[in-house]
Amino acid sequence: MNTTVARLTARGLFGRRRVLILLAVPVLLLVVSVLARSSGLDELDLAHRVLGTLALGTLVPITGLIVGTGVIATEIEDGSIVYLLAKPLPRWKIVTTKLVVAVGSTWLLSAVPLYVAGLLLYGTGDRVVLGYTVGALASGAAYSALFLLLGVLTRHAVIAGLAYALIWESLIGSYVEGAQTLSVQQWGLSLAEAIAADGTVIAPVGLGTALWLLVIVGVGATAYASVKLSGLTLSGEE
Amino acid sequence: MAVITIDKVSRWFGNVVAVNDVTMTIGPGITGLLGPNGAGKSTLIHMMSGFLAPSAGAVTLDGARIWRNQEVYREIGLVPEKESMYDYLTGWEFVLANAELHGLADPGAAAERALALVEMGYAQDRHTGTYSKGMKQRVKMASALVHDPSVLLLDEPFNGMDPRQRLHLMELLRRFGADGRTVLFSSHILEEVEQLARHIEVVVAGRHAASGDFREIRRLMTDRPHRYLVRSSDDRQLASALIADGSTAGIEFDASEKALRIQAVDFQGFTTLLPRVARAAGIRLYTVSPADESLESVFSYLVSS
Ligand SMILES: Nc1ncnc2c1ncn2[C@@H]1O[C@H](COP(=O)(O)OP(=O)(O)OP(=O)(O)O)[C@@H](O)[C@H]1O
Ligand SMILES: [Mg+2]
Repeated sequence: MNTTVARLTARGLFGRRRVLILLAVPVLLLVVSVLARSSGLDELDLAHRVLGTLALGTLVPITGLIVGTGVIATEIEDGSIVYLLAKPLPRWKIVTTKLVVAVGSTWLLSAVPLYVAGLLLYGTGDRVVLGYTVGALASGAAYSALFLLLGVLTRHAVIAGLAYALIWESLIGSYVEGAQTLSVQQWGLSLAEAIAADGTVIAPVGLGTALWLLVIVGVGATAYASVKLSGLTLSGEE
Repeated sequence: MAVITIDKVSRWFGNVVAVNDVTMTIGPGITGLLGPNGAGKSTLIHMMSGFLAPSAGAVTLDGARIWRNQEVYREIGLVPEKESMYDYLTGWEFVLANAELHGLADPGAAAERALALVEMGYAQDRHTGTYSKGMKQRVKMASALVHDPSVLLLDEPFNGMDPRQRLHLMELLRRFGADGRTVLFSSHILEEVEQLARHIEVVVAGRHAASGDFREIRRLMTDRPHRYLVRSSDDRQLASALIADGSTAGIEFDASEKALRIQAVDFQGFTTLLPRVARAAGIRLYTVSPADESLESVFSYLVSS
């Protein structure tokens, strides 16, 4: 951790208009929960739809995408990253610091609101809400690491990230079994299943597989991002 | 003493050769890197500042490889060409952050010293996003010298500056050079480089075209015969118009090239004379290219700009 890098990163993330989109996520989630609570529908079914499909399935990856790319891709894009890189700082330190900021922000903006929304909707029964929250913490961290790496690898990180989240995870993942194994969202769901009472949350990917893949993606993406950042090239072409 | 050595360095992007087998040494004092647009100046500076790997050859600082070696930044201060610089920070916050990132013992004092050096203390509490080009340039300078580096690299530092800011920056760089630091700046304007640089390196189309102090560069420029290959809508009439004008030393028609070969006397004048004569005679010029090797074309470019 480098406190200066963390400070610059956090200010860059929250000091721009992007923060409004980010804040819309928790607000949306809470509004939906309040509305859903008074709808009189089956509570467990509602919890699955709001916490599972909406929060874990859409809001967590979107937040992870905006935050994960936001902590580094913007700086690479506009070239201000040179001020961090032209310093005798180990590159892995820059990457891990930015990752900590990204993970913390993703948690704050999506996992915490998910928990609050869950309490409003369903309460603490059957550890369903706890399960979804832990799932969101785990997948939020993995998305942050993955999208931070994308931000280092490509100038089209947001597009690539959206393609992954929407096309691979949501579209293909909901039909093709194999694709689910390689889906961050499903790993989170697998944790939710393990924590919630038996039979309340169903996940297609086994817990062991999910945990391994979470760790491999988190560590691998961070290590690879560090290597790529050490070889970052300034382009002469605009 | 900090010396940057560029040894048989080439850099290509796909099949574009941006820097072609360049060897030069940049030592203490002020060196100007002069060349027209696309000559490879930025590419060279990126390699000297560790932001680009050479495709071939080696770029070193006092013997240490620069690429993928972040320790060199203890010695190097870089003023990049791009303006973007965390515009949500104030000048003070920006320079202070740079001091902290260097791990200096007293970053506050270092930031204050650097801002005073570039005379930006008065605007240090404003957001850098509100600065003029010249002010941005000076704060970038402050961030580059906050750790008291022995090497300062600047890519086109005078771009967009007004004359007063230009003089001030020149003064600052002179002081740096006089301290025995190694200062390298790039420019495509000969006058700018002449005013400031003790030593000039000229690059053209990726090649190291000339090297020396400004007198030597000027001499190279003016003492050479200047030959041009010209094609026009009416070569015969153009030739007689030019002969009548008397500012050419020789004109011949090259049948194989279907073009005129013209030797200019006053080379500076020729670049303005030719279009004028052609226009007066109602002749359209199709090609005007220096017939000598590349050095010629740089100079015509440098002088006419
Ligand atoms: N990333 C890149 N990809 C492809 N070509 C590049 C790249 N960077 C530079 N070039 C090419 O390399 C050559 C040298 O470019 P460079 O930016 O070093 O020139 P320069 O001397 O700095 O020019 P200018 O005065 O315009 O800044 C140019 O032909 C340029 O188009
Ligand atoms: Mg350039």
